[in-house]
Amino acid sequence: MRLSPGLRWTLRVITWLVLLFLYAPLVIVIMNSFNKSRTFAFPPTGVTLKWWHAASQSSGALDALWTSVKAGLGATAIAVVLGTMAAFAVQRYNFFGKNTVSFLVILPIALPGIITGIALNATFRTVFDPLGIGFGLTTVIIGHATFCIVIVYNNIQARLRRTGSSLVEASSDLGATGWQTFRFVTFPMIRTALVAGALLAFGLSFDEIVVTTFTSSPDVQTLPLWIFANLFRPNQAPIVDVVAAVLIVLAVVPVWLSQRLGDDPSSGRI
Amino acid sequence: MAGAQELTAAAPRNRGSLSAFFATKRRTRLAILLSAPMLWLVVAYLGSLGVMFVSALWTTDSFTGNVVKTVSGDNLHAVYTSPVYWRVAWRTVEAAIAVTVIDAIIALPVAFYMSKIASRRTRLFMVVAVLTPLWASYLVKAYAWRTLLAPDGPVSWAFAGHTPGYGFTATVITLAYLWLPFMVLPVFAGFERLPNGLLEASSDLGAKPARTIRSVVLPMVFPAVAAGSIFTFSLTLGDYIAVGIVGGKTQFLANVIYGQLITANNQPLAAALATMPLIAIVLYLLAMRRTGALENV
Repeated sequence: MRLSPGLRWTLRVITWLVLLFLYAPLVIVIMNSFNKSRTFAFPPTGVTLKWWHAASQSSGALDALWTSVKAGLGATAIAVVLGTMAAFAVQRYNFFGKNTVSFLVILPIALPGIITGIALNATFRTVFDPLGIGFGLTTVIIGHATFCIVIVYNNIQARLRRTGSSLVEASSDLGATGWQTFRFVTFPMIRTALVAGALLAFGLSFDEIVVTTFTSSPDVQTLPLWIFANLFRPNQAPIVDVVAAVLIVLAVVPVWLSQRLGDDPSSGRI
Repeated sequence: MAGAQELTAAAPRNRGSLSAFFATKRRTRLAILLSAPMLWLVVAYLGSLGVMFVSALWTTDSFTGNVVKTVSGDNLHAVYTSPVYWRVAWRTVEAAIAVTVIDAIIALPVAFYMSKIASRRTRLFMVVAVLTPLWASYLVKAYAWRTLLAPDGPVSWAFAGHTPGYGFTATVITLAYLWLPFMVLPVFAGFERLPNGLLEASSDLGAKPARTIRSVVLPMVFPAVAAGSIFTFSLTLGDYIAVGIVGGKTQFLANVIYGQLITANNQPLAAALATMPLIAIVLYLLAMRRTGALENV
């Protein structure tokens, strides 16, 4: 298709405008974290670092950060194991119900978070609670792991599809045992995809709030829950802005790393 | 050489062990690989959805507020015959459709530019640029829109006092903003799979760009748009937080569900209400499955 220079130019302008639109609110947040005014008056009234200092002393925010890290690590660990197993099963074997398996893996992310939240909440209330497992970090991790599996699964599956199975066959033809083949051939092939999937899964868990709301207890507050609880408190709002600014800047790291480590960036899988 | 000898010497000994057992039992290996993920997804996830359905049939004691575990259709009856809930459901579906359409209209030219016009380096930069906001805090972005649309905020400042204010429109704008990357990425991947040769063939056969877009590009990327729409549709159906932040008094289905569970502490009614978005998204998934969208998610 030969596009006229005018059309190319229009498309370029639209694309850059959309990127600008994506980043404008983020820039506003970062700007506000330096804004002297407590009420986000626009244009800003002056530049200050006092909110940054206050945020670094905020025990609520730091506790919540720690809770989020624990929940993210737990959920990622489960998702890495289960997602990798499912990806190997679907990519390396043919079996009846294969499509159902991949549909099941996608389901927790395709259904609205509130449904996953209400469903898990109902189960934790009626099944887990009588067993002595109350709401808390464990239930949050179970909830997060459920929708993180698909992220690892997608990354590993794409890698397995790209690398094929000829190296594995060659390895076992040369006399390697199953364990040796895994240790020296399969694992090095999927290692970077594993890291990319784990990073994205951690990021997803770190930012999740809906399922967390329904699976957490009042004393277990993840960072998003802390932000939500403090968003409308005039005293805390500037500190929330600082935390938000930090999160925005940090978000670049997993995305950039996963793009470098993962498969070709055009796979476009979420 | 010693190492190689060791390896060959060690190999036969290992052959008798666990490795050899699994090497011959392909079905066993598959069963083991599938067992844990399926146990989790079927028992923990589908099981939970089952518990949710069952709990929708329970009631609460009007005096103590405790859940009474006797089967009754009262909650479901109340939900599906109430004009109030239907009105909220329609408002939510309207917003989901509006958000999906807005995102598709924005994503198509952007993804086309990224995939077919931009240079390799620009493309990589743009993919990262679209992905990054996805991992920046969702709450913060919703809150940024609250700041943007505030009576004395930047939008009002830039448009001389004209802002949509907090309400339905503000919610649709904010949600369209929040879910845009979920639409751009699958559509971009769809364009990447569309061979350039097809576009050239169409143009060699005399088609103008408009005709090529209508007859070649759109039919080929439709499954990708459908895949993106699953996210935009489902995420909108389940959102109550952005609605709460920029929606003013506007209520979506998820707000009502949240209110029943957390504020009114009526878990059975919340579960009954949750069947509404569940049915909507299942119908949507079934409709989209025929387009091949699920392979693009």
